[in-house]
Amino acid sequence: MSLHIKNGHLIDPANRIDEQRDLYIDDAGFVVASGQAPENFIPTHSIDAATKVVCPGLVDLRARTREPGLEHKATMASEVRAAVNAGITTLCCPPDTHPPIDTPAMAQMIQQRAWRYGLAFVHPLGALTRNLEGQLLTDMAALDEAGCVGFSNALHAITDTMVLRHAMEYAAGFDFTVFLHSEDPYLHGSGCVHEGEISTRLGLPGIPEAAETVAVGRDLALIEQTGVRAHFCQLSSARALSMVTAAQKSGLPVTVDVTAHHLHLSEHDVGIFDSQCHVRPPLRSQKDRDGLRQCIKDGIITAICSDHQPHEPDAKLAPFSLSEPGISGLETLLPLTLKLVDDRLLPLSQAIALLTQGPANILGIDAGHLGVGTTADVCIFDPDADWDFTEADIHSRGHNTPFLGWRFRGKVTHTLVGGRLVFEEGEEH
Amino acid sequence: MTSTDIQFDAQGQLKHFLTIEGLKRDHILQILDTAQSFITLAKKEIKKAPLLRGKTVVNLFFESSTRTRTTFEIAAKRLSADVINLNPQHSATSKGETLLDTVNNLEAMHTDLFVVRHPNSGAANLIAKHVPPHVRIINAGDGRHAHPTQAMLDMFTIRAHKGDVANLRVAIVGDILHSRVARSQIHALAALGAAQVRVIAPKTLLPTEVERLGVHPYTDMHEGLHDVDVVIMLRLQRERMNGAFVPSEQEFFNLYGLTADKLAYAKQDAIVMHPGPMNRGLEIDSSVADGPQSVILPQVTYGIAVRMAVMALIMGGKPVARKRRGNRSTRGSDETTPA
Repeated sequence: MSLHIKNGHLIDPANRIDEQRDLYIDDAGFVVASGQAPENFIPTHSIDAATKVVCPGLVDLRARTREPGLEHKATMASEVRAAVNAGITTLCCPPDTHPPIDTPAMAQMIQQRAWRYGLAFVHPLGALTRNLEGQLLTDMAALDEAGCVGFSNALHAITDTMVLRHAMEYAAGFDFTVFLHSEDPYLHGSGCVHEGEISTRLGLPGIPEAAETVAVGRDLALIEQTGVRAHFCQLSSARALSMVTAAQKSGLPVTVDVTAHHLHLSEHDVGIFDSQCHVRPPLRSQKDRDGLRQCIKDGIITAICSDHQPHEPDAKLAPFSLSEPGISGLETLLPLTLKLVDDRLLPLSQAIALLTQGPANILGIDAGHLGVGTTADVCIFDPDADWDFTEADIHSRGHNTPFLGWRFRGKVTHTLVGGRLVFEEGEEH
Repeated sequence: MTSTDIQFDAQGQLKHFLTIEGLKRDHILQILDTAQSFITLAKKEIKKAPLLRGKTVVNLFFESSTRTRTTFEIAAKRLSADVINLNPQHSATSKGETLLDTVNNLEAMHTDLFVVRHPNSGAANLIAKHVPPHVRIINAGDGRHAHPTQAMLDMFTIRAHKGDVANLRVAIVGDILHSRVARSQIHALAALGAAQVRVIAPKTLLPTEVERLGVHPYTDMHEGLHDVDVVIMLRLQRERMNGAFVPSEQEFFNLYGLTADKLAYAKQDAIVMHPGPMNRGLEIDSSVADGPQSVILPQVTYGIAVRMAVMALIMGGKPVARKRRGNRSTRGSDETTPA
């Protein structure tokens, strides 16, 4: 089918478009024009997007589909469906699957399983070290060949600095991006919440801010030494971000993202042992949350991700420290980001950039924009729709979220992947 | 904090006993007064009251304990309940059963009250949130979070020996960081309006931002004990040397072990308490533990009465009517009136 999306407010930050403009998609699924229809273009279908925002399909920098290995939590089928229902057409999955993505076969299998559904695209990150053990390097070139868009050791710290140095050097030689979860494992210890007032009050083992700053300091020194292009995943403390800001100013090739939940919650949301707020890195102080927001505003942080981690209910039905960390976040990625616009932190186009152009650039993939000739992955949402987030809105297998009952503004009405309508509000897909 | 409301029923009566945080002065005094009436009972020939007759109490201890479990057992039996002791760390949970499955299975056997001890903070709250409305939970210690009945018996002890808790300066000494007892004591002392609560420990054993709990931190015993009315010593687990929290037993004893010399910094009539079990020669010297200012053994005796009071109150027993007075003489059970 060929498609004419008309009367919508087109926001395509990568192409600096932020105005009412129509979009034309050919029957092969590519964007053929915006604004004026190309000559002889007769669409078979049209979508009236009046009062709606038309933007590139969202790119989620970090989402776990739980496949393979943890299918009791979620499956590829359930999560790529949930993604497109939330306007997300591309997601990047970290290598901590079971087994981890440390061989080309694993990387290919994950992409093939995702392709089978024809919904969201899934780009894997390859493991930086074999079995994520922090000792031996993976076959990075082969993993790259197999479709890995970068390398990461996920939440498994590499304690041997020589191994990390070599991993970075090796990656730098091939111009691969290294994705870092900077966390000192000794300072993290058995901690499960931010070390501060709440850890003291609840008697929960705390994770000090220094767990992050110590690791970021070490990593920055090695980035400088090796010249690798590096990305800091979901930093949580204002102090670590000011270190990254300084590094960016000095010219180091580093980028940083933050999760949507760290921009809205703080340690106080843990309340009395609310395991839905058990996340890693932990929700930190109000001051940290404000610091993260400032870095979003200043453009230091160029991507907001969901860090989607669907869980079965039992994973959260345990004493706080024994509950599994993570939030099922696909459904709330766009609403929580739009909330920043409502909070007057950002203009709408910058919010969209943080979910499209920003993460796509970090991953180095051709996505997150609607230039002529690109695959038509499109998200259309009603920016004025007020709605209450309930369990019925969750399509992910994981219902673990602290945001149930929140009032959001802005709701996805249509999602297109490769020019195909894969989600329409109120329709069964 | 509103989430502690899980402890109360719609009428504001205590339903579970999970933490001192959120309790008002009157809640605490009601428990202490009720406990006072049970002290009288313990001195009678027949030590039983029929308040929990026909009820089943399960002592569910996921962490070993002698004193606390025993006093809970005696307390329940004196109230005529049927008591079962379980130590699931040796049975179901080691087979992979979840905490809530264990509790649900026991609840299916018509348990009325669970007394729960668990190594992880928040376990009792979690259970209380998920049991049917008629089941009651008493927290007998969860991780580092709370040990509310211990704090209540400590308040009882202070009141018995020093009168009104208001106007008293209290120092809690030792491993505050890992101590659920200290946290519950701090909340109880605050609710009762203690003049000042101090915590004394090396910085490694003081929780971050402990001042937010309303206490004054000290690292020096001389300064910290100066002019206090009550000294509460905490147990220092010997494993703490391993985590690099303290260098050695000798150094800890030299700096923080309560000796007669250090006790002299406190007021002359200061009392010395310890929730047990004590490490003599580590946090406390025998001459102090067994000395005239020590009230460590009476603490244990009061523990039974206090636990009876908590059980009776949350199971809908007949609490003592609160009367405003400074008198703390023993009151008979004739003062109990319907709730």
